Amino acid sequence: MLKDHAKLMSAFLASGEVVGRKKLQKMIFIAKKLEFPFQEKFQFHFYGPYSEELTLRVEELCNMGFISEVKEKKGGYYQYRYTVTKEGEDFLQIYEKDMPYLQDCLTDMNVQSARFLELVSTVLYFDSLPKEEVVEKVFTLKSKQKYTTEEIDEAFAYIEGLKGKKIVQ
Amino acid sequence: MEYAKQKLHEEKVFKDPVHRYVHVRDRVIWDLIGTKEFQRLRRIRQLGTTYLTFHGAEHSRFNHSLGVYEIIRRIVDDVFAGRPEWNQDDRLLSLCAALLHDLGHGPFSHSFEKVFHLDHEHFTQAIILGDTEVNEVLTKVGPDFPKHVAEVIAKTYKNKLVVSLISSQIDADRMDYLQRDAYFTGVSYGHFDMERILRVMRPREDQVVIKQSGMHAVEDYIMSRYQMYWQVYFHPVTRSAEVILTKILHRAKELHEEYYSFKQSPIHFYSLFEEEVSLQDYLKLDEAVIMYYFQIWQEEEDPILRDLCERFMNRNLFKYVEFDPAKEYKKHSELEVLFKKAGIDPDYYLVVDSSSDLPYDFYRPGEEEERLPIHLLMRNDELRELSRQSDIVDSISGKRRTDHKLYYPVDLLYDESTKKNIKRQIRTILELT
Repeated sequence: MLKDHAKLMSAFLASGEVVGRKKLQKMIFIAKKLEFPFQEKFQFHFYGPYSEELTLRVEELCNMGFISEVKEKKGGYYQYRYTVTKEGEDFLQIYEKDMPYLQDCLTDMNVQSARFLELVSTVLYFDSLPKEEVVEKVFTLKSKQKYTTEEIDEAFAYIEGLKGKKIVQ
Repeated sequence: MEYAKQKLHEEKVFKDPVHRYVHVRDRVIWDLIGTKEFQRLRRIRQLGTTYLTFHGAEHSRFNHSLGVYEIIRRIVDDVFAGRPEWNQDDRLLSLCAALLHDLGHGPFSHSFEKVFHLDHEHFTQAIILGDTEVNEVLTKVGPDFPKHVAEVIAKTYKNKLVVSLISSQIDADRMDYLQRDAYFTGVSYGHFDMERILRVMRPREDQVVIKQSGMHAVEDYIMSRYQMYWQVYFHPVTRSAEVILTKILHRAKELHEEYYSFKQSPIHFYSLFEEEVSLQDYLKLDEAVIMYYFQIWQEEEDPILRDLCERFMNRNLFKYVEFDPAKEYKKHSELEVLFKKAGIDPDYYLVVDSSSDLPYDFYRPGEEEERLPIHLLMRNDELRELSRQSDIVDSISGKRRTDHKLYYPVDLLYDESTKKNIKRQIRTILELT
């Protein structure tokens, strides 16, 4: 029952606290691209890969009381903070999905900025293309973010690092 | 004359119950409609299993694709043409992308994608870029044209204005399916003043925006979307049919993995079972083919496959109760044990279905840059997000409403020829008295 919800709960638990919906979206997308078994379907949107299914599932988890969502005013916009509740931890006692190495990858992603994760997830979204075409996609589709060549290189290196974490351990 | 600019000698019109007429003048569009990959969409229903709840919902993805094309044609020819922000060179690209946006949908897409790990968008790309009649037509326009059409549909094309016409929170796709689905299901929701919305759409660098004066028409569209979601798309009976369909596919796959000998080889399913589906395999699938298998599987030896197919074909669906996972997950574990004791496999006959299991969405104001919201163009040329201006939209876009149901075969639970006491215990837990 609710296996896909349980996987997401495990991701929240492994991350500790996730600040920001955009960050959450990108973290799960990146984890999925690293072949962690998340089932949510992603599409490319204005701000990079996005899953409506993931948004809905998180809403369901909040309504169930398994995830706490705190809305904070941050300057001109709102930001959301997510943590697993006591009830959520009890649920995971029964339904926890064991995903080896997930914690290490998510903890690492969680300390990165949402802007950088947007770049990493965009690079991963086009991972079937040669590197020069990926770079071109980033410059064309993310022109407003003004990513530099150095940042893009950093994103490529970061992806290799994450893949290493998954394999080495 | 170059192929991209060729017009038919006489305009062709398709009679359409939603838009009255679909007009075709461009040779390219006419040729695309005639391809076998596009004609295949006639054999795939737009709303999958919804016809088991709303008997009129037999319309196909072919109808819808023509409808989306017609809406885009009206926007680019009647509203955007001549505006400085709109480049008329993008006209044909927009029309082709609109017509072909659902090309990769297969039969009962949603269930098939879940069980066999397919992605209809991947097949849309494959049909447009692969060795197909559609690709042949598009390539005649220009060698890069198929790639551009595929990118618009994948939302990765450089011109985001063109992308947002086909795919955004107020796009031609949704405007067609809301009205078409309302018409064919016969419900009174789903209606809004599309003509008015089209007239107040304005092209901007990255997106289509709506003139402030059109806000009330857009409110109506958002309300339609909200009501159609709960009244049609997420109807509990349709969900029951979808649950059974998904379980049939799971069962057939499981039997194949166990080297079960089917009475008639399910040749169309082999590549699905192995999850190695080629484009040619995929294009052979349609709902007629799938229904044929369901028909013959009613006579299979395997009791679960046989029973599930009989249920689907004869509309003997599962019943449901409201289910609150937060409070009742322990009850679910208890039911699983009792179902096993009663000889009813809970993997196939006790199913929790959640609102997130469906591929439809609500309007989202795009906080924290998740999705691009609908923007209103104010008199001073400033853009404002819709829910900040409209109390009606604000009241429905901020509220979370989610839903879970527990599905079960009521007839098996009342069959007291075996395991009478256990079944009574199950009925008590489900409060079936």
